[in-house]
Amino acid sequence: MSIIKPKDLALTEEKLAPGHRLCPGCGEPTTVKLVLKASDEPVIVCSATGCLEVSTSIYPYTSWNVPWIHSAFENAAATASGVEAAIKALKRSGVYKYDKVNVLAVAGDGGTYDIGFQALSGAFERYHKIVYLLLDNEAYMNTGIQRSGGTPSYASTTTSPDGKVIPGKLQTKKQISRIMVEHEPAYVATISAAYWQDLMQKSKKAFAADGPAFLHSFTPCPRGWRHADNLSIELCKLAVQTCIFPLWEAEKSDGKMVYKLSAPSKQIAKNPDKKKPIVEYLKLQGRYRHLFKPEEKTELIKQIQDWVDTEWNIILERCGEK
Amino acid sequence: MSKIVKQEMMGMNGDTACAYAVKQCNPEVVAAYPITPQTIIVEVFSEYVANGEVTTEFIPVESEHSAMSTSIGAAAAGARAYTASASQGLALMYEMLYIASGLRLPIVMTCVNRALSAPINIHGDHSDAMGARDSGWLQLYCENSQEAYDTIIQAWRIAEHKDVLLPVMVNIDGFILSHTLENVSVIPDDAVKKFIGEKKIPVVKKPNGELTPYILHPDYPASIGAIDLQDYYFEHKRQQAEAMNNALKVIKEIGEEYGELTGRTYGLIDPYMMDDAEIAIIVMGSTAGTAKYVADLMRNKGVKAGVLRVRSFRPFPRDDIVKALKNIKACAVLDRSMSFGSYGGPLFTEIRSSFCYECDKPIIVNYYYGLGGRDAPPNLLDNVFNELKNIAETGKTGEEIRYLGLREGEKDAVNYKAELVSFKDLNTGKIGGK
Ligand SMILES: Cc1ncc(C[n+]2csc(CCOP(=O)(O)OP(=O)(O)O)c2C)c(N)n1
Repeated sequence: MSIIKPKDLALTEEKLAPGHRLCPGCGEPTTVKLVLKASDEPVIVCSATGCLEVSTSIYPYTSWNVPWIHSAFENAAATASGVEAAIKALKRSGVYKYDKVNVLAVAGDGGTYDIGFQALSGAFERYHKIVYLLLDNEAYMNTGIQRSGGTPSYASTTTSPDGKVIPGKLQTKKQISRIMVEHEPAYVATISAAYWQDLMQKSKKAFAADGPAFLHSFTPCPRGWRHADNLSIELCKLAVQTCIFPLWEAEKSDGKMVYKLSAPSKQIAKNPDKKKPIVEYLKLQGRYRHLFKPEEKTELIKQIQDWVDTEWNIILERCGEK
Repeated sequence: MSKIVKQEMMGMNGDTACAYAVKQCNPEVVAAYPITPQTIIVEVFSEYVANGEVTTEFIPVESEHSAMSTSIGAAAAGARAYTASASQGLALMYEMLYIASGLRLPIVMTCVNRALSAPINIHGDHSDAMGARDSGWLQLYCENSQEAYDTIIQAWRIAEHKDVLLPVMVNIDGFILSHTLENVSVIPDDAVKKFIGEKKIPVVKKPNGELTPYILHPDYPASIGAIDLQDYYFEHKRQQAEAMNNALKVIKEIGEEYGELTGRTYGLIDPYMMDDAEIAIIVMGSTAGTAKYVADLMRNKGVKAGVLRVRSFRPFPRDDIVKALKNIKACAVLDRSMSFGSYGGPLFTEIRSSFCYECDKPIIVNYYYGLGGRDAPPNLLDNVFNELKNIAETGKTGEEIRYLGLREGEKDAVNYKAELVSFKDLNTGKIGGK
């Protein structure tokens, strides 16, 4: 696939217009704009309830320069299934003008890991040709930072607060993308806006895929993670460099899902010295402050590091790097 | 000269009649999930798909919530969308029912009426649909399989009418209609096709004053399902109420147009021998058939009995009902569902409030009946007429809220009144146990 130049980006139409009400530093619009720019064909967006939806569609204004629908929280994949099926049938009856229209479902981690998981799993099993974009900011941000299945260990949220006896969320983050690979769809990839070319190449692959595609975006939330607004892209980078969020893709080849490490993570696989300790990532975020103050909780930080290492090794194995 | 089309008589149960009508309508998308007693619809339709008898995209979704969500996506993208459900399935759809109507999407659904859990029960009553009575869907209740077939065909025209643009729920009684073989006159495919016409897209005004087709279409980027706060939501809901009101006229018009085509005319209500009736049973769904039969028997005995079947519960045809009951002395409203804690069932409360400011009003009593599929045979309805006769003669209402066909006062487990014990009592074996 050809290299995308910044100039190309600047020249393509903004499908998500500025002027929306997402917070400064929010990772969601950056990812969404880039993914939309990667679509060469017309695209229809199906949003789940969440920050993106409420901040871009306050009637009588809208930020969407593409057809957009929001119906509920847990059903982005089902709504997208209906849009995809409708276009298929309308094309068959000869009344549809376009040959290819991309259908993009967008949801947060709450709308994906938790309440929307059934609809997502069903849509992928039925093999609808949709692209599902998960904007993973690791908590229910729209309702005020509650824990989700995507919240990582020891992160403090309003329903897993760090208290006198409990140090934030006790469970680990669900590996949603690997679960999606087990659905054996056409394409699965993890993306991080710091690596925007990788993000766009993968989005292009997703739109071109011959079946359902899942894009898992690492999406910082300054408000929920309690970090400075200008650190979002830095965190997007650090998440990859510490390997807490490795970049990889899995494609169906000869009916089998084949994992492949993406360049930024592959460099670390080749030079393990480049793998940064997780503490560098943690200490920038207020949601982990209790791990450092009043005194450093070395044991808990070590547990997080161990978890990162274990999961990273699993990915290395799947990608044939071990 | 009659313009009535040639029709073919087919033996079908209510579910198959619905599926057959949907086949003839050939909607672009059908998304459904099986549940007794609706299952036959999904199965029969799947066969039509497998045999290439329709060009529909059939989506065997993983839940009813997704069935409605998928229908919403499909309808917003410009497709005709159909689904069918019942009971727990409809209950699982609840959230999406309001969204379908609020987004003004003309989806058609069959609800094969079944009791709601708990206790679980697969048989017919109206609890499921009544739980959705405020969801903004039109609700039409059918008396028989013929009507089920006819109503599915009319439903598209009503739903897609520019003054309505709301989803329509066609209700048929579980098992009594869904699983019972009846003769159904069907009209030819091309007559159905012509009657429903091609799908049209409504043109609406954007907040900036420009006109735009209300559809997800690349050439007309519209935002459907935006967040709508204190400053606009109320006006949009008012529009929805207006559309529901408009449906009163549209249901009649379409029912008459359908009558010209088939010889079977439909309206909001179905009065039977009401012109000179002194007592009447008011009922929805298949029980109307039994009530009409019993009314005939009463008439043979010289009793001026009538039946008023309410076909359209949403919108509620208040004026038509008041007019139809004006000269009645006493009437019984039969409710096949409960609104717990309410003074009377859903149909009863609507009808009573309809008469609030009327000078001439009948004595109105309420009977709960048929819950969980409990049979309502002629002898029970005969009792109702006899009690009405007594009320009409004496002018004494007696109990306003009554139960029909219910065992009461029996000293068995069903009627046992619970006492409370503590966990400690359980440990000491106070009430027996192992
Ligand atoms: C059925 C239902 N339950 C709960 C809610 C309330 N709710 C709205 S958005 C949201 C959280 C969204 O979190 P996420 O999916 O992670 O997206 P984010 O806002 O973080 O982008 C919740 C709980 C709802 N709208 N619908």
